[in-house]
Amino acid sequence: MTRISQCHFNHFCVLSDFKSVGLRAADALPEKVKMVEVGPRDGLQNEKTVVPTETKIKLINMLSESGLAVIEATSFVSPKWVPQMADQTEVMKGISKKPGVSYPVLTPNLKGFQAAVGAGASEVAIFGAASELFSKKNINCSVEESLQRFDDIMKAAKEAAVPVRGYVSCVVGCPYEGKVAPEKVAHVAKRLYSMGCYEISLGDTIGVGTPGSMTEMLEAVSKEVPLSALAVHCHDTYGQALANILVALQMGVSVVDSSVAGLGGCPYAQGASGNVATEDVVYMLHGLGIQTGVDLQKLMDAGAFICRTLNRKTSSKVAQATCKL
Amino acid sequence: MKSFIVPQEIVPTRVKIELIDMLSATGLSVIEATSFVSSKWVPQMADHTDVLQGIQRAPNVRYPVLTPNMQGFQDAIAAGATEVAVFGSASETFSRRNINCSIDESMLRFEEVINAAKEQQIPVRGYVSCALGCPYEGCIEPPKVAEVAKRMYEMGCYEISLGDTIGVGTPGSMFKMLQKVMKDVPVDALAVHCHDTYGQALPNILTALQMGVSVVDSAVAGLGGCPYAQGSTGNVSTEDVLYMLHGMGIQTGVNLNKVIEAGDCICNALGRQTNSRVAQAKGRTL
Repeated sequence: MTRISQCHFNHFCVLSDFKSVGLRAADALPEKVKMVEVGPRDGLQNEKTVVPTETKIKLINMLSESGLAVIEATSFVSPKWVPQMADQTEVMKGISKKPGVSYPVLTPNLKGFQAAVGAGASEVAIFGAASELFSKKNINCSVEESLQRFDDIMKAAKEAAVPVRGYVSCVVGCPYEGKVAPEKVAHVAKRLYSMGCYEISLGDTIGVGTPGSMTEMLEAVSKEVPLSALAVHCHDTYGQALANILVALQMGVSVVDSSVAGLGGCPYAQGASGNVATEDVVYMLHGLGIQTGVDLQKLMDAGAFICRTLNRKTSSKVAQATCKL
Repeated sequence: MKSFIVPQEIVPTRVKIELIDMLSATGLSVIEATSFVSSKWVPQMADHTDVLQGIQRAPNVRYPVLTPNMQGFQDAIAAGATEVAVFGSASETFSRRNINCSIDESMLRFEEVINAAKEQQIPVRGYVSCALGCPYEGCIEPPKVAEVAKRMYEMGCYEISLGDTIGVGTPGSMFKMLQKVMKDVPVDALAVHCHDTYGQALPNILTALQMGVSVVDSAVAGLGGCPYAQGSTGNVSTEDVLYMLHGMGIQTGVNLNKVIEAGDCICNALGRQTNSRVAQAKGRTL
């Protein structure tokens, strides 16, 4: 006789003074969502194990076959700072670029941009922060100084007709400053957008956001940048990522960053999870009837492959559950 | 007739009592203490009487217990229970496999319990399992969930907890199911019991809140795996739910840090890691 393990230690909260976040479940959701896969870059960069070049190439090729339209392939940051991305040129030249799929790469400065284009990159990304302290500690300059550094890249990118994606980190919280003001996020997002970034990805870098702070932040940012140019990059460190993505969709955002198998831990909370797993996001979106173009099974295959290679368990609950039924 | 054996350690009585006592001090107003199911079927709950009589009941906290039938109900009352719960299912196959009878037959059993409870002014909570999917039947149609929920409500359950037993639900299916159930049961009398097997529990709970549901079931440290997907997670973690609710400005009366402490304590006693992401993150922040 099957028994249910429901009974022990359950408890429930009775909510009083419930205050709506101002959104209703029936709010219109986008019909389609563009998934931006950051596993090969953001994911692998934050994994302890350094992955061989051919493994990265195989991962990216598998992801290309899963229907993803955007796959962040590598980073042209100096290998002195990010040794995991030292094989940036080999990766860029080694992958089989699928028609219709974009392979953006990170470029922190003009030198990186030139190397990226030399290696065949046709889209790049730049990284700003909404927190002064984070900017200083991470890239050793103020937010304003970092934005000025990007001027060079923007000019060169325009000339080469290379689209640029802008990232803003610490959009709802900073490991050093704590809470980040939505107006500051809006200011940085607006600067990047006005400089020429076609899309701004808003990152909850330490995963502290909730549907409450997410809504507040998006309300401020969407006053300065059109919703159609916004993306969310939620971390799952506190288990809030999917709920945060859901409210973002309800507010009209239709681009979501995620990482296959939830690759990439949190560098600010040792051993804690970081990126949200693409499989779990896609499962939710498909359950909502939202089209992503992604084949979940092929995606899970790619996740299984990289986890085997890294000798680690997947952080995707969908992948865990599917393997065990 | 298949029988499933799901390995699970037996937790010592004093550990259970300690956990419940710690939870009683967190601000939680309802703590499901134990189950008066025959110990033949659920050996982990064999100490139900000792647990119920051993805990220090905090004022303003309720301690419901599961009672599948009249025998269980009588034992529960004799042991001092002041609230009980009955467990129905929206899936015929699940009902037959789990409690060895059809949904209709189970309702007759529950009616007996509810009538006896009414006489003694004991409130009864009703659970409907497989509200968003069944491990045997697959998809469960919202009208079936509504039908079972309505029956239990009309029989006299003061609240109906709708359970996504295998965690397959998404905000899409949660919305459709609640939309149907809310036509037959007032939203004030509804609760959601979401499993996190596919990582969907928090967005599902959020959807339910947006639709007006204001009672949420959860388990400290996400205790309780999924018996249908070996090694996968089951119950959503109370800590993670609280973090979300508090972040939304919703009052719960619960102290998150105290829940994390209770979770740490039980995980140490069980020799296992917490399933709560909040507890993991707070334990590791540099």
